[in-house]
Amino acid sequence: MRSTLLKALTIAGVLSTTLSVTNTAFAAEKIIKIDGSSTVYPITEAVAEEFQKEKKVKVTVGESGTGGGFKKFCRGETDISNASRPIAQKEMDACKEAGIQFIELPIAFDALTVVVNSKNDWVKSLSVDELKKIWQPGSSVKNWKQVNSTYPDKAMGLYGPGTASGTFDYFTEAVNGKSKASRTDYTPSEDDNVLVQGVTGNMGGMAYFGLAYYEENKDKLRAVPIAAKAGGPAVLPSAATVMDGTYQPLSRPIFIYVNATSAAFKPEVKAFVNYYLEHAPALVKEVKYVPLTSEDYAAVKDHFKTLKPGTGFGGKNEVGIKVKDLINRIK
Amino acid sequence: MNSNIQKNKASVIENLDAVRAMIKRHKRNDILFATIGLIAIMFGLLALLTLFVDLVMDGYPRFNIQFFSDFPSRRAGSAGLLSAWVGSLLVMLVTFLTAVPIGVAAGLYLEEYAPKNWFSDLIEINVSNLAGVPSIIYGLLALGLFVYGLNLGQSILTAGLTLGLLILPIVIVSTREAIRAIPIAIREAAYAVGATKWQVVKDHIVKYSQGGILTGVIIGMSRALGETAPIITIGALTFIAFLPPSPITTEVPFINFEWLSSSFTVLPIQMFNWLSRPDHAFHINAAATGAIIIVVTLLMNGTAIWLRYKIRKNIKW
Repeated sequence: MRSTLLKALTIAGVLSTTLSVTNTAFAAEKIIKIDGSSTVYPITEAVAEEFQKEKKVKVTVGESGTGGGFKKFCRGETDISNASRPIAQKEMDACKEAGIQFIELPIAFDALTVVVNSKNDWVKSLSVDELKKIWQPGSSVKNWKQVNSTYPDKAMGLYGPGTASGTFDYFTEAVNGKSKASRTDYTPSEDDNVLVQGVTGNMGGMAYFGLAYYEENKDKLRAVPIAAKAGGPAVLPSAATVMDGTYQPLSRPIFIYVNATSAAFKPEVKAFVNYYLEHAPALVKEVKYVPLTSEDYAAVKDHFKTLKPGTGFGGKNEVGIKVKDLINRIK
Repeated sequence: MNSNIQKNKASVIENLDAVRAMIKRHKRNDILFATIGLIAIMFGLLALLTLFVDLVMDGYPRFNIQFFSDFPSRRAGSAGLLSAWVGSLLVMLVTFLTAVPIGVAAGLYLEEYAPKNWFSDLIEINVSNLAGVPSIIYGLLALGLFVYGLNLGQSILTAGLTLGLLILPIVIVSTREAIRAIPIAIREAAYAVGATKWQVVKDHIVKYSQGGILTGVIIGMSRALGETAPIITIGALTFIAFLPPSPITTEVPFINFEWLSSSFTVLPIQMFNWLSRPDHAFHINAAATGAIIIVVTLLMNGTAIWLRYKIRKNIKW
């Protein structure tokens, strides 16, 4: 036992010495560390890919989820955090404690899409109230007939994202009125492709996830037009309806949070964010998300120039906010 | 007299029939069991084969040089595995360098030196238990110990050490089993001519158990190659479009250790990332990566079997 221990200790000792040497050498290298939401990941990845082709700066992007990303961000481990929802009060406290300030930048829209099986021909539209009836905590809806008496007698199969997801947070906030409040007897998965498969294989199936997953599976699924108020106009999610603000309440801005110190003192981080906002309109479209309007991007760029830290949300999620109002608030 | 013999003969014939019937019955059982065994083997093999064929069918458009020489990309068609396979290779190197010396030394000690008492029994039970601990637990341990405790960060070193810990029990157990297979007479003969314990261990035990140890090491390594959970737990990244600094340089001292602290990604993580994309073209990449991981694992296990055969052949007891 003693010999093993000694060996292990020696190895640990040698390794930590080599590492302390290498760490100092490593610090000189330009590297931008990004982590966070898997929803925002495709956009940031596209920007990082293009940016690295032009500049000699290394960019790493992880996908620990919005919450996991903020944990690392507020420990000062990352320069930028991808977020599919605004920073929460707890996370703000953690950042404050570590002395980390952040600049909040909306960079695109995502539209939560409610989908049903392509053979489902009875649902023409759903109102938010009907969605709430189905998804609220303790809901007893198990059959389409219970939603509307004109619907056929067909068992309902519900699929949705896991509780750690920002999509879940936003949907429950927008539909049930309280973040994370949802019925629990549905099939959850962190992998949206599993949800796609679930609804594809179940005629009475229903799920919600980001627009990009619907766009890729249009041949297998049908998106349901959503009416904000019962009896009001029902709107299908699309780039156009998200940008003109008619697809409500299920469209939401998504963000990057930039470490204010990095933005001020690391020129490569500043260059990266500027590059991000400059190329977002084209790249966001390419990865099948909805870009902000050009005026909004201009406003976000101006806001970043001031390097003013803070959030426009005050630690709470908010349904149906306009990017322009948000920027004005942070200003 | 005569009738007695007649009687005996009849009973023998009667007995013979009974014996023949018994042999027949036993043979039938034999065949029955062989069939069950064959079905059991086929069940495992067919499952693996189906999986492999399915992956190859899905992934074959991506089996080309570019797939190995390109960095990941948002465009599925030009996305490649370069940073992932280099990352896997370097992580495996660290794993090998930590798990093998520690594991073999621990196995040797437990088998040859450790006094047989309750304490070594306790260690033995613990080592066997460690082999069954879910890999995510190792990930959590590594997150606390390596990433934050020793402040090694989300680096190749952290991942290599984590996987090293993970396969340590496998290496220890296989080392001990290989040592146990050596006949006691070898040891006694060496001691009889005046060898010290260390001489016996160095010149005989290690030498003859090489085959078994190597098998254990390679099987452990092939397990480490496919591990995803602990690597995700320590926070490996998914988009890395650069390579770690090269371990070998052209300047004196020709070796550098910067790569140890580099960010990295590995094959199973890249596969996982591609699989969770909405775009189906990425699922093809994921299938191709899966097929590659299976091929490498099979190659490693094949090498282990071959080496064991080769080394065993040269040992005559």
